[in-house]
Amino acid sequence: MNKFQGQAISWQVVNGAIELALHREPCNEIGSGTLEELETFSAAMPQLASDAHALIVHSTMKAGFCAGADLRELYQGSQGMSKKEAVNGVREFLRRIHGVMNTLDAAPLTTIAAVHGVTFGGGFELALVCDIIIADRMARFCFPELRLGLIPGFGGIPRLKRDLGNAVVRDLLLTGRSFNAMKAQQIGLVSQIAAEGEALRLARATAAQVGKFDRQTSMAAKEFLKPIPYDELKREIEIFCDLFAQPAVEEGLRKFVENEGVQPYLP
Amino acid sequence: MSTVDHTLDEVLSLASTHFKVPREKLTPDDDFFKTLGIDSLQALDLLTRLEQHFRIELPDYELQGVSDFRTLASRIQSRL
Repeated sequence: MNKFQGQAISWQVVNGAIELALHREPCNEIGSGTLEELETFSAAMPQLASDAHALIVHSTMKAGFCAGADLRELYQGSQGMSKKEAVNGVREFLRRIHGVMNTLDAAPLTTIAAVHGVTFGGGFELALVCDIIIADRMARFCFPELRLGLIPGFGGIPRLKRDLGNAVVRDLLLTGRSFNAMKAQQIGLVSQIAAEGEALRLARATAAQVGKFDRQTSMAAKEFLKPIPYDELKREIEIFCDLFAQPAVEEGLRKFVENEGVQPYLP
Repeated sequence: MSTVDHTLDEVLSLASTHFKVPREKLTPDDDFFKTLGIDSLQALDLLTRLEQHFRIELPDYELQGVSDFRTLASRIQSRL
């Protein structure tokens, strides 16, 4: 399936690069619909990888790359359920999204996230599975989960620890603050900064460059440089589910969902 | 002009230019959400532009509850 057009994502192969576009209003919140389509992409990966040498993940939404998990769906879906049922539902969702993230992380081609605007929570985690992050200079990153009484659940902490010093990780997580693309480059998270609106173009140029090298050699280097922290990822799901069972989380989600204030994206 | 006033002036000029609101319509004690007609996402955009302009890092938790240009300028000033 070299081409796909879904409700939340689409993809096509262009000049040897798979271009995976996120396009769900308002800012690519990841709910069950997006997850299903990502799983379709994940299943198509082996065939796609035989026709392409790179994958570019980007967003066509003006607001940004991705605002993270669909908290409205999470809150509304857990209403009327027992706590045990709600936790089991969350655990299953996390198991599935981790499957997708792990497939992308280990993809047998060079993966590039071209991000702009809001790159928060699960959106940040999606960028973190990619080999290279290219950021529009107006991109903003954040792990806001602690505001809800949770930790990132799509693999964020283990992958952030893989790439950054622990002290920086603690600051970003424990304050829940957002930071700009320059800061992200300074701490070693982003490797290239693009002018406004130019991240996808830079990603395409980078994809063309990586396509010049022997594929097997590139994958050997990737496997050596980017081990997947499976044990920590499993532990993350358990911690998330333990926290999700706490009453404070439901209250935090309710407040977020009902928040019509002007500053919901500020901590 | 004191340094904080200079910072305030730069904040007002930047907001005027980026959000296309005449500079003379902006005053230091204006609620910038209302005057500029911006939402929280656009506020993040303004924050990023201010950080780039002043070459500082301004954690967004310092802006919690801040909605007027004067206080915003003072928060920036404390990081210059």
